[in-house]
Amino acid sequence: MDSWRKNPVVFWALNLPPTIWLVVFFIIPLGLIWVISFGEKRGVVDIEITWTLDNYLRALDPLYLGIFWKSIWMAFLATVVCLIVGYPVAFAIAFAPSRWKPLLLLGLMVPFWINILIRTYALIAVFRTRGYVNFTLEWLWEKAHAALTLIGIDPTWLLGARFDPLQLLYNNFAVNLGIVYAFFPFMVLPLYANIEKLDRTYMEASLDLGAGHWRTFISVVLPLTWHGALSGIIIVFIPALGAFFIPDLLGGTDSQLIGNVIERQFKSANDWPFGAALSFLLMYATFGALALRSLIAGRKQGLEI
Amino acid sequence: MKKRRGRGPRLSRRSFLAGTGAVAAGLSFRPGLSWAGEEPKLNFYNWDTYIGETTLDDFKDATGIEVTMDLFADNDELFAKLKEGNPGYDVIVPTNDYVERMIRAEMLTPLDHGKIPNFRKNVAKAFQDAEFDPGRKYSMPYMWGTQGIGYRKSKVDGVPDSWKYLLDSDRYSGRIALLSEGVLGAALKYLGYSYNSKDPKEIKEAEELLIRQKPHIKVFAEDNGQDLLLSGEVDLTMEWNGDILQVMEEDDDISYIVPKEGSLVWQDCLCIPTGAPHPDNAHRFINFILDAEVGAAIADFIQYATPNEAARKLLPDEYNNNPAIFPSEETLARCEAAIYLGEDVQRLRDEAWTRVLAA
Repeated sequence: MDSWRKNPVVFWALNLPPTIWLVVFFIIPLGLIWVISFGEKRGVVDIEITWTLDNYLRALDPLYLGIFWKSIWMAFLATVVCLIVGYPVAFAIAFAPSRWKPLLLLGLMVPFWINILIRTYALIAVFRTRGYVNFTLEWLWEKAHAALTLIGIDPTWLLGARFDPLQLLYNNFAVNLGIVYAFFPFMVLPLYANIEKLDRTYMEASLDLGAGHWRTFISVVLPLTWHGALSGIIIVFIPALGAFFIPDLLGGTDSQLIGNVIERQFKSANDWPFGAALSFLLMYATFGALALRSLIAGRKQGLEI
Repeated sequence: MKKRRGRGPRLSRRSFLAGTGAVAAGLSFRPGLSWAGEEPKLNFYNWDTYIGETTLDDFKDATGIEVTMDLFADNDELFAKLKEGNPGYDVIVPTNDYVERMIRAEMLTPLDHGKIPNFRKNVAKAFQDAEFDPGRKYSMPYMWGTQGIGYRKSKVDGVPDSWKYLLDSDRYSGRIALLSEGVLGAALKYLGYSYNSKDPKEIKEAEELLIRQKPHIKVFAEDNGQDLLLSGEVDLTMEWNGDILQVMEEDDDISYIVPKEGSLVWQDCLCIPTGAPHPDNAHRFINFILDAEVGAAIADFIQYATPNEAARKLLPDEYNNNPAIFPSEETLARCEAAIYLGEDVQRLRDEAWTRVLAA
């Protein structure tokens, strides 16, 4: 890999565009936000950089720490759900007949081609009081009601006098569902890639030697696909941590996450320095998670050698 | 302030026509330069579906000036686009609190009232001065409206004419939506204080009121209270009058009232941003819009309240007496416009709101 020393022109010709892209559109804007996080407001648009730590200290107020904690908890919950649902789905795709695989993967990816905001609005149409889920339940309720009446049982004590629609939206359940729905493919794809690579003979051996399916999964499959799961966990957890329009659209009166607080600082509250400080605290938390991942991955590698 | 235009699919066809009209006007070829040394062009930055059907063409017929119209979705977008320098707009339409912000940030050009005779001639007395722009040095009133309660008539008893039903009562528990933006001000109004209160004690009281009421509120809506009302998700919602007017056209069972305690009144203004390339044309355009007949045609089409007294005289009673467009004088007297409160108060109020949401 030291051929770049021999061919510096080729190396730079290939690497300059992405490097410039990274610097101009990522490093510099991020640096600006970082600098602003040490600023003080001086008026409507003026921010003076005084290298004060006040914005960070303010973020450590129990009010904001509580919201941070809630965001971490919600992101954790969504990641766990993605993981639990993602494994069987990834397995099903990996073990499907090969002519079905591309179709199943396509089925997983097609919703992803639609803008996330539109998909979230679609969830509202599905789950609201007069949405498709409740319409279906109401239809079933009416059928059951009619059937019970037909066989001469009074349905009132069993089913109630009238159909009560489920309140599926505007609560934390809806926010969690929205996050899981939005980031689910991020979990399945790395899992699928790892399961696909898995040598099936290991599982056959395990089953032949008397281990049950559960034991085989825990002792053989899980350790061998853990890398995929770890990647999935990271790329689901990080965006889930910063979610803001999902709680905005699906959340109830107590669904505020740290992403919402940050968004407000840049818009209606017009307090960029504080918003910048909150953003960076969130980013440090993310770095922490990434460091943890490489630590775990590193230790595993050490064991294998 | 958030979006409250974009009057739904019924009007989007018209906005499309208006848009193509503007494009066509931009494309048509006019040889030679105009009289005053300024090329006969004008760049207008406006909300969607917020101008008369033929206003821009009429202006061109009257003056030879071609108007190109771009659209913005909310004040934040307008502000962000002009913050780092004017990309070439001559006339913009910010809402009053953003007018104030822009004046402070030196983003607006002082107007020459001598070139806008229609202002003194046609505009109602109440709009000839403004707290957010003393002496109307930078802004001309374009349209105005209120924040209030949109409700489903068949699901509430009588007319919910007080903030009490939304903010301090379990009568409609679980069927209420409040707007994130402005709800603190509404709570202050209900408690008998100013919408723009700077007093930490009063703000705290409003915060506690909202926290107490939270179990009865279904959702703090961003700007979709009208959709929640239309889909039957809630039966009462705090909303902008324009949004409720839009769904009232679709559903007869929906109505709108400004609570008797008073509320927020907003005003969209015509301004010339700093660095406008055609300031003379901009003055002529503003004066043209403030003309009685032109103003009447616009108001008749977009159905917002016009501050143009002369224009109102030309419009039918059904417009002038619509309580969703014009609240009673008595109620209006208790309404306030949002003003810039300073950075410290803004922070205080944002933190109060964060606590309400976190509680």
